[in-house]
Amino acid sequence: MSDKPLIDTVDRLIIKATQGGLPLVPRPYHDLAKRLGLDADDVMARVRRMLDSGIIRRIGAVPNHYRLGFSANGMSVWDVRDADIQRAGKDIGALDFVSHCYHRPRHLPDWPYNLFAMIHGRSRAEVEEKAKVVELLLGDSLGAHEILYSTRILKKTGLRLVA
Amino acid sequence: MSADLSSLEEKILNDYQRDFPLEPRPYDRIAGCVGITEEELLETLGNLQNRNVVSRVGAVVKPQTVGASTLAAMKVPKNRLREVAEIVNSFEAVNHNYEREHSLNLWFVVTAPDEQGVKDVLKEIENQTGLKVIDLPLVTSFHIDLGFDLKW
Repeated sequence: MSDKPLIDTVDRLIIKATQGGLPLVPRPYHDLAKRLGLDADDVMARVRRMLDSGIIRRIGAVPNHYRLGFSANGMSVWDVRDADIQRAGKDIGALDFVSHCYHRPRHLPDWPYNLFAMIHGRSRAEVEEKAKVVELLLGDSLGAHEILYSTRILKKTGLRLVA
Repeated sequence: MSADLSSLEEKILNDYQRDFPLEPRPYDRIAGCVGITEEELLETLGNLQNRNVVSRVGAVVKPQTVGASTLAAMKVPKNRLREVAEIVNSFEAVNHNYEREHSLNLWFVVTAPDEQGVKDVLKEIENQTGLKVIDLPLVTSFHIDLGFDLKW
């Protein structure tokens, strides 16, 4: 899956300059444009294009789940029959309590799971309740599953572009 | 650990995780919608950031569109966890690293300009730690990222 949409050097510069956040000033795009030596209208047009093409998923306030009380972070992992993975992924990705849903390869014998769904909850019991919904959705397509809780965040930085 | 939010803060957080206005004065637009001044909105957002309730106001970029990345996992003996985590964290290419309850107890994301760059980092981590790294690259992303609903 490497049909990468086209973005040019200027687009990359804009992404790089905004990944730490937009400045909290009345005219943030102008501020950004000035720093990059660009025209503000051009910056807005480029951001619009990247939003439309899906390179930028959304722009807005990015909350910190932990600080909001969603301290149970469960990486639920599922062994789904290969023939069913597309349907299962779409169903589970559409659940509002799943923040990420990815198909990844198994790595036997260490790792039998091929579908990852990140579930956030205020407690482990809440995460497990939500995982039950996933289990029901998967039905017969499912082999084993587990929920891996994080016990410590050892490093967390936003996406860094190594340009 | 949970942050107390005013009803205004909660509204801003819930309603503006997406569709941030693309116009010269976006904060003024939002302020108008929630019934406060631009200055008050900027202050509120600054305050949310200082308390780390909001990590930033900005773009969320789709993975794999700019560069390559993978999810990697390692089985680290308990008594080496700190040392190994330090080695892993020392790579600028590593941007998330979690300890998880599992025999595979260290999970991290590696991002690089291309796939070879990712492979090189994984190899280097194996060399420096003497431990195997399991590479679980993304095949398909199913999630339609609409933000995080605070009202659950």
